[in-house]
Amino acid sequence: MAINPNETVLKVEDLRISFKAYGGMVQAVRGVSFDLKRGETVAIVGESGSGKSVSIKAIMGILAPNAVIESGRIEYDGMDLTKVSEEDFHKIRGNRIGLIFQDPLSALNPIMKIGKQITEVLHLSKKISSEEAKHRALELMHAVGIPEAERRFNQYPFQFSGGMRQRIVIAIALAGDPEILICDEPTTALDVTVQAKILELINKIKEERHLSVIFITHDLGVVANMADRVNVMYAGKIVESGTSEEIFFEPAHPYTWALLSSMPDLQTKERLLAIPGTPPNMIYPPAGDAFAARNKYAMKIDFEKEPPSFKLSDTHYASTWLLHPKAPKVDLPDVLRARIERMKGAK
Amino acid sequence: MAEESNYILEVKHLCQHFSSGRGKNKLLVKAVDDVSFGVRPAETFGLVGESGCGKTTTGRTIIRLYNPTSGEMYFNGRDIAGPMTKDLRRYLTDNIAMIFQDPIESLNPRMTIEEIVGEGLRIRGMKDKDEVRARVHEMLEKVGLTEEHATRYPHEFSGGQRQRIGIARAMIIKPKMIIADEPVSALDVSIQAQVINLLNDLKEEMGLTILFIAHNLSVVKYFSDRIGVMYYGRLVEIARGDDLYRCPLHPYTKALLSAIPEPNPITERTRKRIDYDPERDHDYSVEKPTMVEVAPEHFVYCSPSELEQYQKQLGL
Repeated sequence: MAINPNETVLKVEDLRISFKAYGGMVQAVRGVSFDLKRGETVAIVGESGSGKSVSIKAIMGILAPNAVIESGRIEYDGMDLTKVSEEDFHKIRGNRIGLIFQDPLSALNPIMKIGKQITEVLHLSKKISSEEAKHRALELMHAVGIPEAERRFNQYPFQFSGGMRQRIVIAIALAGDPEILICDEPTTALDVTVQAKILELINKIKEERHLSVIFITHDLGVVANMADRVNVMYAGKIVESGTSEEIFFEPAHPYTWALLSSMPDLQTKERLLAIPGTPPNMIYPPAGDAFAARNKYAMKIDFEKEPPSFKLSDTHYASTWLLHPKAPKVDLPDVLRARIERMKGAK
Repeated sequence: MAEESNYILEVKHLCQHFSSGRGKNKLLVKAVDDVSFGVRPAETFGLVGESGCGKTTTGRTIIRLYNPTSGEMYFNGRDIAGPMTKDLRRYLTDNIAMIFQDPIESLNPRMTIEEIVGEGLRIRGMKDKDEVRARVHEMLEKVGLTEEHATRYPHEFSGGQRQRIGIARAMIIKPKMIIADEPVSALDVSIQAQVINLLNDLKEEMGLTILFIAHNLSVVKYFSDRIGVMYYGRLVEIARGDDLYRCPLHPYTKALLSAIPEPNPITERTRKRIDYDPERDHDYSVEKPTMVEVAPEHFVYCSPSELEQYQKQLGL
């Protein structure tokens, strides 16, 4: 398969998704656009409730029944995934786009043997004999680094540790031989040492199988490890997007600043810059910039008018009025600037 | 550990074993196995390790949610490992309070915030409702909530606010020591910093001693004066935070440190992870390992030959 690095495999355009709730419509995703190029890893970073999981559920066609896609397109292979019928989606889900969930225990069927759970996907994706399916499943288990695959084939999920379970989930996601792999916080439930191993595994199979990966997380350390490009989401919008270097070394949106400086790293001594307040109620999303109420750099216009996306470079965009030519010049917070200098100096 | 009186909490050879099944199915889990450490007044001692390493069990045994299998524990010189009497329970709950990981599960959904936070005072015999209320309001103010919150129920609050309520409940009895079991790991990134700052402020204001249990090493490093690293029920290394991160000695500590993802694309792309395999990294068939003070304030669990190697590494 020839790899054209600039070929766009998936394109999300102005996606808007709301949920029907008692209090009204919860506007979970409010105009999200991003694309995924072949062979790259795009990370989506944000807090819980920022709409990152909802966006990828729309791509997989597994939105909850009370969700409404209000507008937007998800272009994939000449199709618009928001309009594909459930029947046709069966051919895409798993076979073309694979998904790894956050919690490996609840993603697996507790009363079905591991082997069966993998071969089930193989049988669904194409007509093969059960011997062949078993052979393929053992290959997959070997590929994701499960020792003694023959014996493990007949075990149940509870007999596996958290890291091993996540490897099984990855094996299942790979069974249909997808070209896009979506990882929804795959390591949040795991220990750091196990997390490091799983991230290495995902990177390895991405190289081997020429996968394009969408990686969802709230851990900026994991983002730095995995991502080629980063989209920062807040209150249902992408507030800043750029390459990994641009986001970590030249962040432009105050929310990205806050995210980067709110967690201590191993050198931090000074008081943390906490973000005051909580994310807005998405039934009544605020007018203007949703982050304005928690942003000490907010100007009057932030509360009145939504900022457009300002272009900083061909790959770097940010939606904040601070980038408007008429806005007062605001420098990076000192703590953050010091940290960036330190990071650039590290080898 | 010569100067015993220096410690407000002292744990010596603590073991906490859990058994299940009987007969040939009997299974003994050594959740905490021969753990010794001391915490000085107004110090924050961090316990780190992976899930299942026994860090939570250690915290819970100290506050006597479990009865220790063996070992000694002293708080302010008083034995707190002995049989549970009414007097001992009162002593423990007066002096040590706990903050839990999950702020939703640990608050009673049928009680208002005033009842939850004031419960400790009522149990201690404060009958005057107005006085309880005044103290609750004062405490809520301190943790960054307001008086109006007092009449609400837990479900009306966000995760960060619930954790503040948990902190208020722990602090209202003015304990000498707090055991904080993963107090921020269930919270969102932007909220974690708020709670860490709050704990830091309270610590300084009230001169608190904190036993901080967590798996996030950057947070532990930031928050703690000294850190103990646990692996499979054992403490393998104790050191001051800076020392531990600058020159980790035990191979498990090295493995753990090498696995932390840092928010820095430059270092992340070239990061080398170190694996830890106790079978491969240690040979304890001849020499038995013990906890040794390699450098001042730096203890490692090692055998005599490993000790030599570690001392060389430190340039001693």
